[in-house]
Amino acid sequence: MMRLGLVAVLWCGLWLPPLRNALESDMPLHMTVQLPLLAATGVLMVPAVCRRELRWLADADWLGIPGLVLVLFSTSYWMLPVALDSAFSDWRIEAAKFVSLPLAVGLPLGLSWQRMPPLGRAFVIANVISKLGAVGGLFLVAPVRVCAYYPLDQQVKAGGALIGIATALAFSRVPCFALRVVLDCAGQIRRSSFTAPTGGRRRYTLLATAVAKQSG
Amino acid sequence: MGAVLVVCGVGVLVIQFVARFPALTCARRDNAACCERWRLTRGFLPLLGLVVGVGLAARSSATHGFRVVTTEGARRLAVENHSPTIPDVALIDQNGTRFSLDAYRGRVLLVDFIYTDCPTICGVLGSNLAEVMDLLSREGGVLQHVNLLSISFDPARDGPRELSACGARFGATAPHWRVAVPATAEGLRALLKTFGEVIIPDQFGGFTFTRNDSVYLVDRQGRLVRILDPDAPATLLAEAARSGS
Repeated sequence: MMRLGLVAVLWCGLWLPPLRNALESDMPLHMTVQLPLLAATGVLMVPAVCRRELRWLADADWLGIPGLVLVLFSTSYWMLPVALDSAFSDWRIEAAKFVSLPLAVGLPLGLSWQRMPPLGRAFVIANVISKLGAVGGLFLVAPVRVCAYYPLDQQVKAGGALIGIATALAFSRVPCFALRVVLDCAGQIRRSSFTAPTGGRRRYTLLATAVAKQSG
Repeated sequence: MGAVLVVCGVGVLVIQFVARFPALTCARRDNAACCERWRLTRGFLPLLGLVVGVGLAARSSATHGFRVVTTEGARRLAVENHSPTIPDVALIDQNGTRFSLDAYRGRVLLVDFIYTDCPTICGVLGSNLAEVMDLLSREGGVLQHVNLLSISFDPARDGPRELSACGARFGATAPHWRVAVPATAEGLRALLKTFGEVIIPDQFGGFTFTRNDSVYLVDRQGRLVRILDPDAPATLLAEAARSGS
């Protein structure tokens, strides 16, 4: 309950005009602060929601694939310049943004990520990095304004910010994931004679206990 | 968008129907292999189909059927499809003469939006239009059919004196090329709305503006038919001639 309260406070804070106008009047802040914070409210909801998650939905979300496909569709939607513009000029699109980012990005991301095996996670991260890099690069070099409501200098700054985020993600996540996938494959080969393959997270705990037994 | 939704809906229904046959899925949920198959056909595939369908439908509706990604693109597409009639607004030109937009009926009109204080892009726009004017006057007869109009959206500062100075810089002479300002604030609002021109203050704090860098083509019936890039005078002229013939 505490957590849902926190989510509600954060969401309302973002929605109230002073903060909303401040964040939306600037293209880099809009794309790299407001949109991720809205998605974060959805991720924060996960512990409160996952115990009450419908059984059939959890069953149907096989390996977290439908959930992550939903996340990729919604994030790429809110990267469209025309969607950013409409959110600025049309209150209905703005409302859709405030509802869809927590419920169609943050929440499914948090729920499906736990079900996704490491290879799937690595694929999603690689997809996000390349998409951020492509959009950022487009904003940096485009000679014309892509958004009707933001001047060219803000567009260039937003491009730089997106490329910065993509680079940070690449340097922080990619080595980690590569290591995990390698470890996972190695563990599977070693255990294949006596264990049936199981879900992503469980496999690590199995691997960790096996390693601990051998070393200790 | 509707088509995508229908296709996905039918797909989900087909999967649900197929999944009803025990031979293809399972009736007994306590069998593990059976359960896995149930999960794939009854849960996973319909959910995935639904997600992909809704995602594509949303994207298709925002991008007008995957054709545009920017507001500018959407605006140009809408003008080409619907061609709104421009409002009959009264303007005051660089000589202080009052005229109305309906006076241009029967002639093709190239319109651009300016403000005389403009430091950068208006200069380029002006010289491009000056080149169009030059091409027009060389072709003699065309001049009677194609006119140019630069409309200022800054009536607070742009009076006939400023407009006249601005027009002189590019060799604009009425009535073939008027540099004008709407006589009333309502008139300006109506014009900006119909032309879909978005004007935002730029980083210098409200003293200068950023607006769409476009030239608008209005046909003989007073309809806005095309939105063009200002950087190709020959193309502008060709489009105007095509629209006028």
